[in-house]
Amino acid sequence: MSLKSKTIELLKRREQAQSGGGEKAIEKQNAMGKMTARERVLALLDKDSFNEYDLFVEHEARDFDMNTKVLHGDGVIIGTGTIYGSPVCLFAQDFTVAGGSLGLSHARKITKIMDHALKLRIPLIGINDSGGARIQEGVNSLAGYGDIFFRNTLASGVIPQISVILGPCAGGAVYSPALTDFVFVVDNISKMFITGPEVIKTVLGEEISMEDLGGARVHAEITGNAHFFATTEQECFEQIKKLVTFIPWNNSRKALSFKPKEPKKEFNIESVVPGDPKQPYDVRNVIRAVADDSDFFEIYELWAQNIVIGFARMNGETVGFVCNQPMYLAGVLDVDSSDKAARFIRFCDAFNIPIITLVDLPGYLPGVDQEHAGVIRHGAKLLYAYSEASVPKVTVILRKAYGGGYIAMGSRHLRADFVFAWPSAEIAVMGPEGAANIIFKKEISEAEDPEKMRKLKVKEYKDRFANPYVAAAKGYIDTVIEPKETRRLLVHAISVSKDKTNTNPQKKHGIPPF
Amino acid sequence: MKKKELVNKEVEYKMLNIEDTKYKTIITKKFENRKVWQIADPSLVSSLIPGTVSKIYINEGDSIIEGDKLLVIDAMKMKNTIKVPYSGVIRKVNVTEGQSIPKGFIMIELDIQLVKVKE
Repeated sequence: MSLKSKTIELLKRREQAQSGGGEKAIEKQNAMGKMTARERVLALLDKDSFNEYDLFVEHEARDFDMNTKVLHGDGVIIGTGTIYGSPVCLFAQDFTVAGGSLGLSHARKITKIMDHALKLRIPLIGINDSGGARIQEGVNSLAGYGDIFFRNTLASGVIPQISVILGPCAGGAVYSPALTDFVFVVDNISKMFITGPEVIKTVLGEEISMEDLGGARVHAEITGNAHFFATTEQECFEQIKKLVTFIPWNNSRKALSFKPKEPKKEFNIESVVPGDPKQPYDVRNVIRAVADDSDFFEIYELWAQNIVIGFARMNGETVGFVCNQPMYLAGVLDVDSSDKAARFIRFCDAFNIPIITLVDLPGYLPGVDQEHAGVIRHGAKLLYAYSEASVPKVTVILRKAYGGGYIAMGSRHLRADFVFAWPSAEIAVMGPEGAANIIFKKEISEAEDPEKMRKLKVKEYKDRFANPYVAAAKGYIDTVIEPKETRRLLVHAISVSKDKTNTNPQKKHGIPPF
Repeated sequence: MKKKELVNKEVEYKMLNIEDTKYKTIITKKFENRKVWQIADPSLVSSLIPGTVSKIYINEGDSIIEGDKLLVIDAMKMKNTIKVPYSGVIRKVNVTEGQSIPKGFIMIELDIQLVKVKE
């Protein structure tokens, strides 16, 4: 046999192996509005950049007539490629092959590419579309999941890990995405849950659809399991590609620098924020007014909207923004918003991304549900994350910074490198109304006209404390700045902090209030 | 509904009171639908998980002593015997054997009273 005919043989085998679950299964996949695994890989990666491995891997199962079944690639595609030139490792489960079910060989392919990613120190992207464990393979399937979770954990904080849910991801399988840094979902396609509607109905008698139980919207809006929500797979891939431009390959690098661009003129910082601290505004417009090209890439757009997090660039360098959002729930901190911000801060810290905090909050959300949901424990995560973070930290107090909220939001006391305050900043233990009611309780109740006295005392408190100068006099804030100086000072602060060294005490690891 | 509509839909501002100050803001669905706290009524025996009532030991009007068996609920593949936490009289039984009940269903209502401990 000549080399040429052997090569022809290879191409034949390759074509066969790449056919996935065959025409019928592919038709079915398309009918559900889903792309095939191979189409997804090619849509996500740079043109002609994908190199596939383990195409010819087969399963070794013998029970339940499995020995007679051929499963091409054992239902998963693995390989390396590039996104805008940056290398990534990737796996994509192929639902057309035995429902993308996870058997031993399937899991071994995934763990192989995970090991590669960790060794090569490049991001890992996992596209999940699987019915779950391959029941015929029994405990081998469970072993496979365990091997994946273990590697997700070891890789955490070393390489960025991205999960894309493009089909069912149920039972134990959901824990791989949950251990990764960013989870992407697509409306009507993604389904994630621990126990499905069938089991819930049998055991508990509760009837619910898959979509209402664990659809994309549920995870993007209610549970906070999904960071990014898209309406189509193509939109989802665009989001992933954009994310990759903001993050570094691994924890010893910095994100790639881009050409600096001035913010767009339509975002005028001086007209975004109302002077009255009780009036709402969209803090994202403040970010757009200071960020390069007014480009803000928001994470968790639909969940815990009272805090805003995401990436932008300042003078070409990636930064992470953490901002109270007065437009929602007055920008209070609560269980979900603390969780949301804390995890993002830890990501930024792990991957050398400076953190810019914009502060405007009245404090914590009062309520029995919050207290009973553990706002103490969850709120503590935010303090922990800010305190521990050693990347450059720059804080701008726009308006209110009251009480515990002031401390939690990247204050000087939690090792912020630079704290700036607008002239509209109010740094105090609580808002003037609440404070006056406590401090002047007696004067107010004993006054001839208590309402008049209350107003007088509120004004007195306001005049004295509702400003940035008391904190500035003590050095808790470094500079009181004009709003229009914000971008210049942020860029300056980030650029002088490039070689910042800041160490934590030697330890195996801290014990954050998980 | 498209994502854009979700984000940009007509916003309705309300007032949120934090420490005597009223802030104009959007109230999230989650906050609006939060569970309102209610003081527990010790005379009501309600289900902690959904399940099926498989056995009822008592009738309305029975006197019961703390620790007596009230009923058995089959849930999560377990037979869970529910015992009465207080002594008293059964005022009302709201379930029948074989009935499926959701979580939080008030199964039995008691008149709590101090009665003589069984000899």
